[in-house]
Amino acid sequence: MAVQVDEPVPSVLEETGPYDQDLERIEIELLLEGVYRHYGFDFRSYAYASIRRRLWKRIEAEGLATVSALQAVILHQPPMMERLLLDLSINVTAMFRDPTFYQAFRERVVPLLRTYPYIRIWHAGCATGEEVYSMAILLQEEGLYDRSRIYATDINEVVLQKSKEGIFPLDRMQEYTENYIAAGGKRAFSDYYTAKYGGALFNPSLTKNVVFSLHNLVTDRSFAEFNVILCRNVLIYFDKSLQARVHGLFYDSLATFGILVLGSKESLRFSPYEDHYEQINGPEKIFRKVR
Amino acid sequence: MTQFSIAVVGASWGGLAALSELVKGLPRDFPVPMAVVQHRSRHADNLLASLLQDLTPLRVVDVEDKEPIEPGTVYIAPANYHMLVDGGYFSLTTDPLVRFSRPSIDVTFTSAGDAYPGATLGVILTGANDDGSRGLRHIVNRGGKAIVQDPDSAESRTMPAAALQAVPEAQVVPLRDMAAHLVTLTGSKANSARKNAT
Ligand SMILES: C[S@@+](CC[C@H](N)C(=O)[O-])C[C@H]1O[C@@H](n2cnc3c(N)ncnc32)[C@H](O)[C@@H]1O
Repeated sequence: MAVQVDEPVPSVLEETGPYDQDLERIEIELLLEGVYRHYGFDFRSYAYASIRRRLWKRIEAEGLATVSALQAVILHQPPMMERLLLDLSINVTAMFRDPTFYQAFRERVVPLLRTYPYIRIWHAGCATGEEVYSMAILLQEEGLYDRSRIYATDINEVVLQKSKEGIFPLDRMQEYTENYIAAGGKRAFSDYYTAKYGGALFNPSLTKNVVFSLHNLVTDRSFAEFNVILCRNVLIYFDKSLQARVHGLFYDSLATFGILVLGSKESLRFSPYEDHYEQINGPEKIFRKVR
Repeated sequence: MTQFSIAVVGASWGGLAALSELVKGLPRDFPVPMAVVQHRSRHADNLLASLLQDLTPLRVVDVEDKEPIEPGTVYIAPANYHMLVDGGYFSLTTDPLVRFSRPSIDVTFTSAGDAYPGATLGVILTGANDDGSRGLRHIVNRGGKAIVQDPDSAESRTMPAAALQAVPEAQVVPLRDMAAHLVTLTGSKANSARKNAT
């Protein structure tokens, strides 16, 4: 006769013991190492708390119990890797996001740019491109567009493709119009788009001087010398060591007296490059390379 | 020596008055870094920090990405970002809203519980929604301590009541005693050994 079992035997996955912070870090580092070596995506130096949060959302969605269990699934099932990539990529953006920044750019950076015969601008981590179109509109209105070249890059092919199309949701045009006005826009915002393909199609003249390209800030090098680099709300997803490395890349890619723009809650205070820049007067995160 | 590495405070409707009262009562040598998550409009500027700064000798800081976490400081989560506690500093994210909120109290509390298991003090104040109750539960599951404003002393009782439902073992403290209570808890000399991961 079979032995009577009162308690269900816990499966290996269910029996994980009390929370062990150090063990969890080992598991997460192993998973990211595995993802890097097997799939080539390098998230090893992304901000830990943020990576952990998104991994756990995936773990719970899949009904798993540990990071190690997720690792097995991700390494053996490529579709799960696809899903994880979506989890790990945050592409939220908006046209004229932080209008006060664009206003300050008009007032304080445009006069500097006027003195240049030719202007190179890099949007690093441009997501679906709203920021790029906003800058193109600003440069057109200031009469600088024709001597500008804008490089718009992102790690994510899907969003880069959307950038090129330049079709943004119609239901956001009200918000963008308000942003545009607050940003010091000089015309009617509706001059720049027509309702088409179920969205707002932006005027192709805006991308005449824009080059869209895949670029990974973690692994790819500098590809030109720029007068302006904008990298807003991208570095927040990196840990401090990776941020420092990317700041090195930006520093090397900026011309002397070039302009670096960060997101409104990002700072150079915690970066080794702080002393190489001066913040342009005011609260906006606009810095000038001075040494 | 305190057993706590961080105190996280969540507030929503009525939070400005409650936070003012709390911060006013904290002494210059309050030994634990305090992180405040107050729901507000996504366009809000740093008004909250400057209002609180007028009330306390502690440093009040509007958090920027990778801000180091230090004692003697009250950290304010910026509008329209989530604020994560990452060992030794804060990381910000623009991840989607969580239960209609960004900053989300749950997000900050959960990350604090994970970054400082057994050494996080979670405090829920007044509010008209239930943000924070999951995060507070997580802090306690990770060995930390939960304090909830007495709903009867709250401008809006929904949030503290929800927190108490999720964490029945939380200590209930009226607003006027909150600062003194935190001082006693964090100044405790009885337990000088800092608890770590269990
Ligand atoms: C939150 S969006 C920022 C969009 C825009 N700059 C803004 O502020 O509105 C972050 C973008 O960074 C990109 N990104 C993340 N890691 C990257 C990397 N290693 N190299 C280049 N882009 C990256 C993401 O794909 C995403 O599109």
